[in-house]
Amino acid sequence: MDITLSTNGGGYREGYEEFKKDATGKGLTWLEAIREQGIARFSELGFPTPANEDWRFTNVAPIARTPFSITRNGHEKLSPRALKPYEFPGLETIDLVFVDGAYSEELSKIGTLPEGVRVENLARALETDEELVKKHLSVYADFTDEAFTALNAAFMEDGGFVYVPKGVRLEKPVHILFVTTKRDKATIENPRNLIVVEDNGSAEVVEQYVSLDESVYFSNVVTELFAGENSSVGHYLIERESKKAFNISTLRAEQKRSSNIRSHSVLLGGALVRNNVHPVLGGEGCDSLINGLYMSTGRQHIDNYMKVEHKSPHCDSRQFYNGVLDGRSRGVFHGRIIVHKDAQKTDAKQTNRNLLLSDNAQIDTKPQLEIYADDVKCTHGATIGQMDENAIFYLRSRGIPHETARDVILSAFTNGTIESMHVREIRDYCENLLADWFTQRKLAEKG
Amino acid sequence: MELAPEERAGEGIFLAFQYPVEIPGVANTYLLREALNSVRKYRGEEPLKHIEFGKLAKEKMEEMGMPDSLLKRSVNEGFSGGEKKRNEIFQMQILEPRLAILDETDSGLDIDALKIVSDGVNALRSPERSFLVITHYQRLLNYIVPDFVHVLVGGRIVKSGGKELALELEDRGYSWVEEEARQAVNN
Repeated sequence: MDITLSTNGGGYREGYEEFKKDATGKGLTWLEAIREQGIARFSELGFPTPANEDWRFTNVAPIARTPFSITRNGHEKLSPRALKPYEFPGLETIDLVFVDGAYSEELSKIGTLPEGVRVENLARALETDEELVKKHLSVYADFTDEAFTALNAAFMEDGGFVYVPKGVRLEKPVHILFVTTKRDKATIENPRNLIVVEDNGSAEVVEQYVSLDESVYFSNVVTELFAGENSSVGHYLIERESKKAFNISTLRAEQKRSSNIRSHSVLLGGALVRNNVHPVLGGEGCDSLINGLYMSTGRQHIDNYMKVEHKSPHCDSRQFYNGVLDGRSRGVFHGRIIVHKDAQKTDAKQTNRNLLLSDNAQIDTKPQLEIYADDVKCTHGATIGQMDENAIFYLRSRGIPHETARDVILSAFTNGTIESMHVREIRDYCENLLADWFTQRKLAEKG
Repeated sequence: MELAPEERAGEGIFLAFQYPVEIPGVANTYLLREALNSVRKYRGEEPLKHIEFGKLAKEKMEEMGMPDSLLKRSVNEGFSGGEKKRNEIFQMQILEPRLAILDETDSGLDIDALKIVSDGVNALRSPERSFLVITHYQRLLNYIVPDFVHVLVGGRIVKSGGKELALELEDRGYSWVEEEARQAVNN
């Protein structure tokens, strides 16, 4: 049976009452409490409007006015071959696959894991590792002011769960793949991922969102990442969904002393996309690298919202975001760096560069520093420009054909942000995605 | 004049820029290999293999007194003025043009860099290759000794001569040439 969520009539609350009767983890009082708080807070907040400063440049009215269904009919059977295009050639990964929001045991591939490591779907982890999940779930992703996180908290049922115990180095990257098939009506999925890497552990985790059809649906994702002392975690978000899909993702990272996280996002798909990245550097000597690349065309709207919170001394954060905008698309970069009172010797750097390929594309970029400590180094900068014709002329004067020269300049711009991906096969995969993007663009240009 | 810039390069024309452009994200070595192979393709020649190109680049770098690391760096990004000019001449040595135009290559160079740049040019001088050196000063011409000197005023050649003409200009300044040109126009 399907449950409908709509802002009309009884609204989301009514759908929730129906949903909770049969929700995963029913009977776990702590989980039910989170859900209740989530729906209560969402009902109070409602969907954000552009009057809210954090949503000034992104109007979510198209999401608010679309009635979404939560389907519970199980998922379509997919052959592994259908997922081939989403693999990383040459790389062995631990795979968690979700089809239309539901975990697929047949398509997932866990294999043998090092002692103590857990990689499973969250619904299962609620049964097998309840204490671990309880210790971290919804502890970091606060939803006091976050309507979409509150909504996710109310309706979360499944997602990826990765647990790496102390001192363990998880060699194989974890690939959490969310596939959406053809939808007869607009559906909503609320994946919740939980990644916990204990002290001195390390892991690489990829979240990838793809569509097998150009359907309307809504992915409302929340990922919580806990990085213990001296741990090292790489996180990749690859978003290549239907040009009619809505995607709101939030990555909330909690960093302990001397931990190192590297977050990479590559946003290519979706009609309306918002990616929130919110690391809290909560112990001395943390290092946080947040890289993002967004490329939009047609009427896409892609919004990057960063909140980097320095809470402890001697932490470094680096953010490099590059955007390429074509057609009538619109991009947003909002980069907030908050340096709390005790976070002396903070070194924070933020750069946002944008390339507009069309006269009708638009970017709003807003760096924002809030500094409450007095001995810090914070820099930010944003640029918006067209292709550098002087650089193209220079290359041509050396004999390089015009089209190649343009391609070279473009890929230099886009590759700059993915160069720092540690896992070469993931980087290659992303580079290919970008190359495809440019090829598509050229084909469209030539009509 | 109807040829595109890349076709002119294919025909063997090279322009050393007065202000070489910085291209972040594009490695020097990539530019050179792509350029050389584009030019070769234009002339109907086979592209150079990686190893062959590497050897050629290394050899020329040593001649120009440039460290290997410059090859890996982005084109001109963060280069000093002297490094940029050296890089131009280095590119010229790789591409081996038939006509090289040096647009105020001497501007802003210290004596050491000027000498290296000039040596690079002189090494390439041959009966099959022409150089057009554009400058305001004699200094460069002490190192690159010209066969002909033409004086341009307002975009036109108003006086021509041998290398002595440049020395005379250094001595007497430009005003007498301008005066001569004005009189020629009035007559």
